[in-house]
Amino acid sequence: MDSEGMQLHLSGIILEEQTELTLADISRTCAVHEEYIIELVNEGVLAPVGREPVSWRFSGAHMHRATVSQRLQRDLGINLAGVALALQLLDEINALRESIRVIETK
Amino acid sequence: MEFKDYYKIMGVARDATQDEIKRAYRLLARKYHPDVSKERDAESRFKEVGEANEVLKDPEKRAAYDKLGANWKAGQDFRPPPDWNTGFEFAGGGFNGGDSAQFSDFFESLYGRDFSQNNNGRTRFHGNGKDHHARVLIDLEDAYLGAIRTFTLQVPEVDAQGRAEMRERKLNVTIPRGIRGGQHIRLAGQGASGFGQGKAGDLYLEIEFRPHSFYRVEQHDVYLDFPVAPWEVALGATLNVPTPNGVVEIKIPVGATSGSKLRLKGRGIPSSTPGDFYAVLKIALPLAENDAAKAVYRNMSEQFKSFKPRSKLGV
Repeated sequence: MDSEGMQLHLSGIILEEQTELTLADISRTCAVHEEYIIELVNEGVLAPVGREPVSWRFSGAHMHRATVSQRLQRDLGINLAGVALALQLLDEINALRESIRVIETK
Repeated sequence: MEFKDYYKIMGVARDATQDEIKRAYRLLARKYHPDVSKERDAESRFKEVGEANEVLKDPEKRAAYDKLGANWKAGQDFRPPPDWNTGFEFAGGGFNGGDSAQFSDFFESLYGRDFSQNNNGRTRFHGNGKDHHARVLIDLEDAYLGAIRTFTLQVPEVDAQGRAEMRERKLNVTIPRGIRGGQHIRLAGQGASGFGQGKAGDLYLEIEFRPHSFYRVEQHDVYLDFPVAPWEVALGATLNVPTPNGVVEIKIPVGATSGSKLRLKGRGIPSSTPGDFYAVLKIALPLAENDAAKAVYRNMSEQFKSFKPRSKLGV
């Protein structure tokens, strides 16, 4: 870390636009065990590109989803199937909101 | 410091059972969870409920809180009585608030700072430093043009005596063009230092747009309420409209009405598929402030005898 008052000039990347995260990357970034990510994939919450865990590639959006899953489980005391259902319903609500918005702007 | 009525926040009676408290918490947590709720104040309500639950779910903390007595009202100026927590021994366990770990001054005055630290205790792999998260405000214009912005962040640090302290840290950060609210910038290696051979954690900046006096942002589209005079919509006009990357001309079609949305394609937040810019027409009426103006309005009412603005209402 920098010393007090010293200014750094930093450039980062937009997380949501990353597309090539490995299983190790995503679990490190979300601070969860790889097993948790594998469970999320098995439950259908995350759908990475690639067939085997070693070749899976996740996106920034998957990372956000994994973080939300973790928070919902922790804060609402629901199991993985419940999280999967909640996320699916939230996706549908967001899609409906989006189509309402499109209709309203016509 | 304001007194907080944890029973009122949870909507339970002072003699509620632990099961009733648990049920109330689950219900409110689902209602206000920031990942689920669309309510405006969801985040602050969720934190408040989390704090109330932290106290009421734990029989030790609850008993200590009850000892303050039932006469306190929410919002009342509060000083903890000097001997209020004598005779209680806090086991100190059971806190798992995670992200909602920012408890109020009121909570800290009763239970101390140690409880409100995020001691979620996730074991980090390979001794790597923790990732840090911070939310920062930028201007909408920064997302159009890209920018370098300076942020001052409060960083928790543990000193040699093991006490946590907040330290200010200034960062100059490049804001990538096309970033949207809710997205995160990842600054590799800018989180907490690692242990031993472990790598430093990363710093994640969550982007939020500072509310703008006239633009509204939805996803990557930008909206502007655009005032027009009645004759400009009735007769059509070409007008200057401000956008975050400069003034452009817009053609008001004849017969547009209040609420009509005129789209400027691709002039929303830029990206490979840029958003759109919408001017939402709001008809502004000049006041009839003098005789000449009154005459114009009287003349209009003569000329538009067949105009029935309320015909759809059946009156």
